[in-house]
Amino acid sequence: MSAIIDDTKARNAALIGEVLEVYPEKAAKKRARHLNVYEEGKPDCGVKSNIKSIPGVMTIRGCAYAGSKGVVWGPVKDLVHISHGPVGCGQYSWGTRRNYASGTGGVDNFTVMQVTSDFQEKDIVFGGDKKLDKVIDEINALFPLANGITIQSECPIGLIGDDIEAVAKKKAKEIGKTIVPVRCEGFRGVSQSLGHHIGNDCIRDWVLDKAQSTFEPGPYDVAIIGDYNIGGDAWSSRILLEEMGLRVIAQWSGDGTLKEMEKTPKARLNLLHCYRSMNYISRHMEEKYGIPWVEYNFFGPSKIAESLREIASHFDDTIKEGAERVIARYQAMTDAVIARYRPRLAGKKVMLYVGGLRPRHVVGAYEDLGMEVVGTGYEFGHGDDYQRTSHYVKDGTLIYDDVTSFELEHFVDKIRPDLVGSGVKEKYIFQKMGVPFRQMHSWDYSGPYHGYDGFAIFARDMDMAINSPVWGMTRAPWKK
Amino acid sequence: MSDLRQIAFYGKGGIGKSTTSQNTLAALAELGQKILIVGCDPKADSTRLILHAKAQDTVLSLAAEAGSVEDLELADVLKTGYRDIKCVESGGPEPGVGCAGRGVITAINFLEEEGAYDGVDYVSYDVLGDVVCGGFAMPIRENKAQEIYIVMSGEMMAMYAANNISKGILKYANAGGVRLGGLICNERQTDKEYELADALAKRLGTSLIHFVPRDNVVQHAELRRMTVLEYDPESKQADEYRSLARKIHDNKGKGVIPTPITMDELEDLLLEFGIMKKEDESIIGKAKAA
Repeated sequence: MSAIIDDTKARNAALIGEVLEVYPEKAAKKRARHLNVYEEGKPDCGVKSNIKSIPGVMTIRGCAYAGSKGVVWGPVKDLVHISHGPVGCGQYSWGTRRNYASGTGGVDNFTVMQVTSDFQEKDIVFGGDKKLDKVIDEINALFPLANGITIQSECPIGLIGDDIEAVAKKKAKEIGKTIVPVRCEGFRGVSQSLGHHIGNDCIRDWVLDKAQSTFEPGPYDVAIIGDYNIGGDAWSSRILLEEMGLRVIAQWSGDGTLKEMEKTPKARLNLLHCYRSMNYISRHMEEKYGIPWVEYNFFGPSKIAESLREIASHFDDTIKEGAERVIARYQAMTDAVIARYRPRLAGKKVMLYVGGLRPRHVVGAYEDLGMEVVGTGYEFGHGDDYQRTSHYVKDGTLIYDDVTSFELEHFVDKIRPDLVGSGVKEKYIFQKMGVPFRQMHSWDYSGPYHGYDGFAIFARDMDMAINSPVWGMTRAPWKK
Repeated sequence: MSDLRQIAFYGKGGIGKSTTSQNTLAALAELGQKILIVGCDPKADSTRLILHAKAQDTVLSLAAEAGSVEDLELADVLKTGYRDIKCVESGGPEPGVGCAGRGVITAINFLEEEGAYDGVDYVSYDVLGDVVCGGFAMPIRENKAQEIYIVMSGEMMAMYAANNISKGILKYANAGGVRLGGLICNERQTDKEYELADALAKRLGTSLIHFVPRDNVVQHAELRRMTVLEYDPESKQADEYRSLARKIHDNKGKGVIPTPITMDELEDLLLEFGIMKKEDESIIGKAKAA
């Protein structure tokens, strides 16, 4: 066995050498720090992260605006989010994230709408504060039931020095609703990650600090933090928590509301799924309100059971028994899923490249199906993400941080995994290479993947991708 | 179009760019040249002496009113003043809001597209104080002003600004055709002013094209919102401006790529002329009372 691992390590090291060889000297030196082969027992993955991408490479990263508007704030359904600036950022981020939300459009759910201040030349030259003032009035007239407004800054806002905070304060007083100015200009930071942080800070400053919630807390209150309800993920998670006896008082931010955010400081425990995008606000609530937080993982039955027990350990026996009851209740269903799909998927190799959580979090779900993750990396992970990754990956796993499209293509071409899990920009490249693919940001128009129900769908989808008969037809008929 | 000369006046704020440029251009008009002045300053006071009034209808204020710059007609913004000099002001936001630099870019593009430059011999850009951002460098970029005249004096900060502007010109000189036409010293009666200005010009690889002496007639004319050329054409000062205009007219194609100097070299220059004394290093940072 160790001989096989040594071969894998040697092969992966050689692959890193091959991609670095192609770069100019300076670029090769920089990229070398982001690529590594994981050595068992090490506390991290041995790569640098959260560093500016090299100009000229095709990075897969997004921007701070994407992090705030797309991830943190966009899913909050009872607020209207203004893409503040020229029309493009709003237009191309409209409906691109599958954060489901219940409710009636235009009444208590505004997530499918896209509002932009549509900057023109004159707004740049003379400043856009007057226009913002007007946009807020128009939103308030058109959607009187919205509970508030967020201002998601596009690049020009920071360049021309508009005072969106002053506008937000003035208009909040005038219309009597929460207005949150977010300085998430896309040029700030190295990736969408800073947008998450800025988005979190704005929740702290403009929601939690101003909240006057009359909510009566209970002994089993928890909040789901960092679940964006992609394809319904938060819903299939929430039912498990409720079945074990907890009361979920807030979802951040998938299918979430302003009111839920405001009452979260009264929770007993914050449950953090996406550590990368919402650890900031979790730490803040711990410091200011004394609410402990716990990271959990609802991908695949092994991690779900582990997480349910970990969550329950913060409560009394009622909840601990509840956790065992939930695990037992879903055992038969889980066994059936594994019995059906494991024989079709066992031994299959997977390469992942996703955002800030899933490159490690989904590893257990694949392993529950007998699959193996042989390569993984983050678009915008930080050092603490790579530390956490070391608990998931096996000896010899290829690690690639902020991978360039050239590197990822080369790695996949040489390793020839049975499945690649990444984003829509990567999907067709690998499918054209003849490699099965699943989108691991959007769940490829499927989902949910969280929770026991999600696992059944996850297993089906991976089988569908890998064992599709189409892959038997990729060989040209004249090539015998 | 090929004979069109595009020039620009730059210099430290308050140095007298607008006064010098308008008087000089009035003298050029006297020589029979057809002139267009493009004011690139949100304060919109670059054409006040030619029009006898501060231009109210700037490109950007009208564009903001109409909705966009595409809704404007050239006739809306083009005013004619003394000796048929055509005047346009870009205008811009009040201090502290928006992006005046972008406004300059918008206004100049509009003028070019609308054919404002057809049928004139000279286009002159009057640009505010320092080149604070890319927008204010617009006139020195490709296919805009070919010659830059820097208005300065013997004061330290004016020379410092002149050197900085030269750096801006150098940056665009190789990509486009912009050249430094020369320095114009507006007398402030500082010590050895002429010698210092002349020495700086040489260091920058150019010449002191004219030394404009101080004369109160300029202020008298200004109070009447007139150039000296119009207010008192017989005055000695009017002749100074005529002389400067003639030199600029004859300076066609003689612009240079400037050789800006470092801050240390600039201080050395002051030492050389005894404005600063070597042994005086001890005075740096010391208050008078100390």
